[in-house]
Amino acid sequence: MNIAYELEMKLRPPQKEMLPYPPKFITLASGEKMVIRQVKREEIPLLLEVIEPLIKIEKDFYDIVAARFYAELLGFFRYRVRDEYCLVGTIDGVVTSICNGRLVNDDLGMSYHTMTIKRGLRCGAQMFAAKMEYHIEILNQKEVFIVAESPIGFRRWMIEYQLVPRFHVQHELGGVPTYILTRDLYFAAKERLVTGTRPVPKGLLETSDTLILPEEYPQIPGWRR
Amino acid sequence: MRKVGVVGIGHTKFGNLSDYELVDIMAYASLNAMEDAGIDGGIDQVMVGNMGAGMLNHQTGIESALVSTLNLEPAMAELVSNGPASGSSAFKMGYMAIVSGMADVVLVTAGEQMRRITGWEATDFVATLSHPEVEYPYGLTLPAFAAMFTRAYMAKYGLTERQLSLISVKDHLNAEKNPFAHVQLPVTMEGIADSSHASVVNSYVSEPLRLYHMCPVSDGAASVVMCAMDGAARFKKKPVRIAGIGSATDTHCVHNRKDPLDLKAVRLAAETAYKMAGIGPKDISFAELHDAFVILELCLAEEVGFFKKGKAIEAIEKGETEVSGRLPINPSGGLKAKGHPVGATGISQIYELVKQLRGEAEKGRQVKNPKYGLAVNFGGFGNNVVATILAKE
Repeated sequence: MNIAYELEMKLRPPQKEMLPYPPKFITLASGEKMVIRQVKREEIPLLLEVIEPLIKIEKDFYDIVAARFYAELLGFFRYRVRDEYCLVGTIDGVVTSICNGRLVNDDLGMSYHTMTIKRGLRCGAQMFAAKMEYHIEILNQKEVFIVAESPIGFRRWMIEYQLVPRFHVQHELGGVPTYILTRDLYFAAKERLVTGTRPVPKGLLETSDTLILPEEYPQIPGWRR
Repeated sequence: MRKVGVVGIGHTKFGNLSDYELVDIMAYASLNAMEDAGIDGGIDQVMVGNMGAGMLNHQTGIESALVSTLNLEPAMAELVSNGPASGSSAFKMGYMAIVSGMADVVLVTAGEQMRRITGWEATDFVATLSHPEVEYPYGLTLPAFAAMFTRAYMAKYGLTERQLSLISVKDHLNAEKNPFAHVQLPVTMEGIADSSHASVVNSYVSEPLRLYHMCPVSDGAASVVMCAMDGAARFKKKPVRIAGIGSATDTHCVHNRKDPLDLKAVRLAAETAYKMAGIGPKDISFAELHDAFVILELCLAEEVGFFKKGKAIEAIEKGETEVSGRLPINPSGGLKAKGHPVGATGISQIYELVKQLRGEAEKGRQVKNPKYGLAVNFGGFGNNVVATILAKE
C-alpha cells in the first residue's frame, strides 16, 4: 500500500455515522423560500469561496467568524475534524447562510459558527435554529455547547434561547465563556424560534442541488464577484 | 403675517452611520440642503432638532458645534428638543423666527445617532421620555405602550394582527424605492403573516406587535432651508410654502387620559394646522404620518380626519393609501421602513413633503399632482405632537 495513503489514514480522525439532517424550507419575510439542507463534503470548497471575502471585514466581527469558519470547513474537507457537519441555506440555489458544528460524543454537541450573507431577513437566526434542531431532535443529543463571538450572536443565542452559563467548561473555540442549550431549553423555545416545512417539494429542493456563489455581499459595499 | 417657504432640502441615508460623528452627519444633510437652495452662507438662524446627543453621544451644545462645522458664524443657533418630535418642533421654531422678523433665512437640521448603542439601550433611551415615577420604573417602553394601545384598539374596533401587516407591506414597498431608507427590503403578506413560518419569521416583540410592525433603530439626519417668501426669488428652486403648523400637548402619563385611544394632541395639532392653512382633511393630497409602530399610521390617519375612527383599515385594505391610491400615506416608507432616528424624523417628513410637492420623488413613489402634504410628528406617546402642512405654490 502507498505509504502516503497509509499515513493519511493514520492522520484522519474516526468518523461516526451521523443521521442526516432532513432538508426543510422556510418562507422568509420577503416571501422568498430558503431551503436548508446538509452540505456534502465535496461542496466545501465552494463554501470556502463564499466565506473568503469576509475574512478581513472587522464590522460585526465577520473577520473572526469568517476566519475560524474557513478553518473549520477546511478541516472538515481535509478530514482533520472529527464528526463535523455543515448546513447551508439557499434561495434559488444562492448561498445565503451557513452553519456548522460537531458531535463530541453521542450526548454532547459542539456548536461552531453561524454566518449569514444575505442580511435583514433573519436567515442567521433560522440557521442557528436548524443547527439546534439537528443536535436535539435529529441526533437526539442531551446538550449543546455554544459560545458567541459577537453581540448579535449573544442576543440571538444566549438571550433568545435563555441559555445557561457553564463557564467552568471550555468550549472548543478557545475557551470563550460557554453556554449550554439543554433539551428542555430547546423545546421551551421551539415554538417561538424554530420553524420550517418538510418534506421540501421536489422542484424547490432541486434549486438547492447546485450551490451558487453570492454575487455581492451587503457587508462589503461595492464588492462584486 | 410673513409667508414662509422651504427652498432647500437635504437628507442622509438612514441606517447604521455609527462610523461617523453626529455633527458630521448633520453637517452633511445641512450642506445638501444649502446646495439644493443654491447658497453657501447667509443663514441668519440655525435651529437644531435632536433628542439625545447629551445621553447617546455625550455631547451637548450640538447647535454650536454644527454652526462652527458649517462656518456659519455668527448665525443665531438654538437646540430644540421635543423627544421624537424634535425635528418638527425645530421647524416650527424656524418658522416663528422668520414670521417674527428676527430672521429671513433659517437652516433647520435635525439628526440622531442611535446605533452606537445596543437596541436594548436605544429602547431604554427612548423610554426616558415616559413618566419617571409612574411609567418608566415599571418597565414601560414605547413598544410596550404601543402594544397596549394596539390591544385596546383591537378590542374596540376588531382590528387583527394580519391587517396590521398590510401597512408594513405597503411601507416596505415604498421604502424599497427610497434611496435614503434604512430598510430597502420588500416584505410580503405571505412572508410576515400568512405562511406557516410567519410566527417565527415575524416574531412578537411586544404582543400583539411583531418585528415587522415596528420601526428599526436608525442613525441619520435631514435638513431644510426656509426663508421669507418675499425673498425667495434669489434661491435656486421655487419655494414650497408652509401653509399651516399646529402643535398640541396631552397628559404626560397616558393613564391620565379619559380614553387612551383618544389621541387628542394629534387631533388638536392637525386642526390648528388646517385652520392656519384654510383647508380641511379632504384637501390633503398625501401625508407622512409618524408610524413608529404601524398602529400609529392607522390611528393618526383617523385623528387628522382622513377616516372615521376604526375605519382607516378599510381604506388600507382597498389600497387607497398606496402611492397610486386616493390618499397616499407614507410614500417615503414611513418610520416603519425608512427608519426612525428619533430627533431627525420630523425634518425627514418635511423633506419628503417638499420632494413630493416639487415632483422630485423617485420613480414609483411620486404622488400624482400633489397640492398639499401633511406631516404629523408624534412626541412621547402622543403627549407632544406637531402637524405641518406644506403647499405647492
